[in-house]
Amino acid sequence: MPILDVYLLEALINGVLLGGVLALISLGLNLVFGVIDVVWICYAELIMFGMYGMYFLYTVYHWPVLAAAVLCIGGIGALGVLLHVIVIAPLLGAAPINQLLATGGVLFFLQSAATVMFGIEFRNLGLRLPVLKAAGMFISYSRLLAFGAALIGMVAVYLFLRRTYTGTAIRAIAQDRQIMMLMGVDSRRIYVVTSAVGGALAGLASCLLVLLYDVHPFVGLTFGPITFLICVLGGLGNFVGGAVAAFVFAELISLGGLYLDLEWGYVFAFVFFIVMMFVRPEGLMARRS
Amino acid sequence: MLALRSVRAGYGSFQALFDVSLDVRAGEAVAVIGPNGAGKTTLMRVISGLIRPTAGSIAMEGTDLLATAGHRIVALGIAHVPESRRLFPRMTVEDNLRMGGFLPAARPKFRERLEFVFELFPRLRERRRQLAGTMSGGEQQMCAIGRALMSDPKLLLLDEPSAGLAPVIVEQVFELVKRIRAGGINVLIVEQNVQQVLRVVDRAYLLKAGSIRAAGTAAELLATETIREAYLGV
Repeated sequence: MPILDVYLLEALINGVLLGGVLALISLGLNLVFGVIDVVWICYAELIMFGMYGMYFLYTVYHWPVLAAAVLCIGGIGALGVLLHVIVIAPLLGAAPINQLLATGGVLFFLQSAATVMFGIEFRNLGLRLPVLKAAGMFISYSRLLAFGAALIGMVAVYLFLRRTYTGTAIRAIAQDRQIMMLMGVDSRRIYVVTSAVGGALAGLASCLLVLLYDVHPFVGLTFGPITFLICVLGGLGNFVGGAVAAFVFAELISLGGLYLDLEWGYVFAFVFFIVMMFVRPEGLMARRS
Repeated sequence: MLALRSVRAGYGSFQALFDVSLDVRAGEAVAVIGPNGAGKTTLMRVISGLIRPTAGSIAMEGTDLLATAGHRIVALGIAHVPESRRLFPRMTVEDNLRMGGFLPAARPKFRERLEFVFELFPRLRERRRQLAGTMSGGEQQMCAIGRALMSDPKLLLLDEPSAGLAPVIVEQVFELVKRIRAGGINVLIVEQNVQQVLRVVDRAYLLKAGSIRAAGTAAELLATETIREAYLGV
């Protein structure tokens, strides 16, 4: 059955493309968790605001798409800093449950704010990108574009973490928080920079997701939970593990969707997650201590 | 250069240091010796700002350290090699050294400082791409000292550099302290290895149960009855 092979290949490719975007989304969350040791429960809602930003700038105010994207990335980066300074910083010494409740509160605040400001209609960019046909397969340009931009974003973050003093400090602080002071590092400043990068990654993700999904105040629910699962599956704070987990999840969703329905793809992914939590509770790429 | 006056410090309700006064003068290497739990590590942490004292004063070349933010103390020329090394285990040797040279003032001198550290520890040059946590204890100690030297300090605080190392390596560590001193860097070293450390320093303090019980030149302390009995077993 050669036709089935083409479908299979198409599903595999779509899985890889989805994986790239999921990897980008989880990277931001992972970075913030690894460095600041706080989970931004409201991460997907930051992305939702970015998607609205793209919608209004591009579709309503007719900005060029690139300029809109740059402003969204910067704007959500600033929102990340604001979130850190107003909500997280005062709670840094508090019990983890209090931090979770606080960022959870921000989640509902952002959802409600979006509902009040933008209404509950589903909105989309109205940007129709063509579909690529090759060897009997259909791959949408918007997915290719999202994948490419996600890769560029991840490489940029990688280079930042590897090549700059601030990036090196960000990696170091996740390994030994207390002695950063001895290196002359002001941890508070590193936290702010990390929040800006985490927010900017959410901003970039919003530019890509708005190509694939309609935006509404509760759109965060469609990819928020899966982002958390990916981070946990990869080992919270483990950037490479998170990327691997993103591709595993994406393939499960994509292949599950091929053989049954899209919903079954999610069921497979979540079942896989639950099983893995029993087999490797520390995450796919857990380090042996 | 470094002056502590009547410093008190502790953790919560537990007081670890009682009115400790201590000096490191320019050009000196000074040791603080004493039994486990005497407060030696607390003393080091108070100087580098990891712990804030509850009373007393600390000054580095006239600058009040208590009025200086913790992360700015390194910039005054104080580099602390903490107890049990505290390297970043999943980063390479070179990245660890880069962190040591994080100070804006140290960054332009990175190549030069790196060369200085590699001269001192040729082994680190061979291992520069290796993850710090995968090296032997002695190599990790060298990396930790190298990291502190990257900031181009005037005063190096060494907290039990010989702990957990094989005797041959311990010998090397003390040899190194001599060389660092000869390079014009002041050293304040905390040690349990009394006999060996007294051979490489000018003066020493005996710290016991959080207060200074004796002070003097290395030779004087070696001759002190209490020290001979307590530490040298002669």
